[in-house]
Amino acid sequence: MRTVAVLRAALDAREVSARALAEDVYTRASRHAGLNAFVTLSTERAFADAAAADARLARGEASALTGIPFAQKDLFCTAGIRTTCGSRMLERFVPPYDATVQAHLGRAGAVLVGKSNLDEFAMGSSNENSYFGPVRNPWDTTRVPGGSSGGSAALVAAGVVPFATGSDTGGSVRQPAAFCGITGLKPTYGRVSRYGMVAFASSLDQAGVLARTAEDCAHVLAAVAGADARDATCVERGVDDYPAALSRGVAGLRVGVVRELHGGGVDPRVAAATQVALRALESLGAVLVDVSLPSLAHAIAAYYVIAPAEASANLARYDGVRYGYRCESPRDLEDLYSRTRAEGFGAEVKRRILVGTHVLCSGYYDAYYRRAQQVRRLVANEFAAAFLGVDVLAGPTAPTVAFALGENADPLAMYAADVNTVAVNLAGLPAISLPAGFVEGLPVGLQLIAPAFDESTLLAAGHALQAATDHHRHRPDGCDA
Amino acid sequence: MALDPASLDRLCELARLTLAPAERERLGDELERVLELFAALKAAPADGLAPLSHPHDVTLRLREDRVSDGDSADALLALAPEAQGGYFLVPKVLE
Repeated sequence: MRTVAVLRAALDAREVSARALAEDVYTRASRHAGLNAFVTLSTERAFADAAAADARLARGEASALTGIPFAQKDLFCTAGIRTTCGSRMLERFVPPYDATVQAHLGRAGAVLVGKSNLDEFAMGSSNENSYFGPVRNPWDTTRVPGGSSGGSAALVAAGVVPFATGSDTGGSVRQPAAFCGITGLKPTYGRVSRYGMVAFASSLDQAGVLARTAEDCAHVLAAVAGADARDATCVERGVDDYPAALSRGVAGLRVGVVRELHGGGVDPRVAAATQVALRALESLGAVLVDVSLPSLAHAIAAYYVIAPAEASANLARYDGVRYGYRCESPRDLEDLYSRTRAEGFGAEVKRRILVGTHVLCSGYYDAYYRRAQQVRRLVANEFAAAFLGVDVLAGPTAPTVAFALGENADPLAMYAADVNTVAVNLAGLPAISLPAGFVEGLPVGLQLIAPAFDESTLLAAGHALQAATDHHRHRPDGCDA
Repeated sequence: MALDPASLDRLCELARLTLAPAERERLGDELERVLELFAALKAAPADGLAPLSHPHDVTLRLREDRVSDGDSADALLALAPEAQGGYFLVPKVLE
């Protein structure tokens, strides 16, 4: 399996160069161009990064990611490389600076091969909302890869890159990881800097990792986690040694199986697959206990008030004046604003801006926005109480396997499908999606949720599961190892 | 709850979004249904709880008030759709 760990060993043994790995990525990318997973290929940057990595390898100064190719979700700013956010609004936006995540990965010597497709401004759960067209799922190209980090997930699943970045506001790392049969880690809110990550909902957004294994996620998280003076919400707190934590195992780990994550909308076959994975953890020494979190029933409503409210404020900056799209021949300043935004944003973004504007209006603020924040407190309190009795919480990442392109055309059906992921963002907790089997040939994800800043336990549990099972090793047809 | 045409106009005005007639009709319907979804919030046992606006209830830290990455005016103006003489250019505001 072509993981970060395997490529690391090959680079260290001089069996392959960083340059050759980058070239190989582009060969694979062109073979899988039909997935539409890249918005932009950064060949010039990649070969420069690879040359620097090869020089560093020759000096014997390589670290875990030196020479490893990766894709950056196209909402992380990359200096000199356009950053579109999947939007016409930023189609030609070339940032003058790197996001902190990119700066960290660059310093580690990782090789940026391109920018991956996503739902416009990360708003979506299917990657059908991109201005650059939908991404297709490598397991079945008539199906969605999930979203919003759909391009990143498809690229990792198809074996084009060993890892990619994502962002997770309501499940945008975990759900595409589940739909594409890979591992997706959403760190604790504030663990990874949001500087240079184009904002959607600032109190929920968190950068994450998509890779084949928990082990690879540990190495990437180790490179990107930590305080950042440029993001006041990024916490000043010591960073665990994630790779060292991998071997901790799960003996005695108390796993709370959450009843509400197995609700009516969950496909029983998906629930059965995750149950088998949980039994595998149990056979490794974990202890399964039943847990109930009744407030999760209200999480979707709270999330779809709070996220659009924050989005409507964040996206006010796109006004056709300072950067991004500007409409032709504006009559006056008002026309410039209104028409630029009407032409630059897609339907889902407009819907969320209008919902957010509505819930923040003075007459509705208390009934919607303030109420949603109270429910957010309720959800966070329930998680905190549950963690007094268990180490992690578990359930299916998504209620179904990947659905067909166009199948969830109703936005409300699409929102409802986020039922198992949004509560984690409301509470700011870390969570991981692990490959847990298949339903009719399509991957299922098991979600584990931990207390704030305990990513180590999630990674150790994932690593133990992946040492004992082989779901993460299966490949879609036509994809190399 | 119903979203009458005047309310939708007001929202579009506040959000600075001009909607085409077909788009307006579709978004108006969808918006109403999204707002119906929010009715569930009333039923949650959250009365009396302090609103949570940030996951960790932290106080934002302050930094020293000094320029840390200034001198980028040219790079930033280069991103503007229109700029002139060190300013962002917009349609005439004053007659």
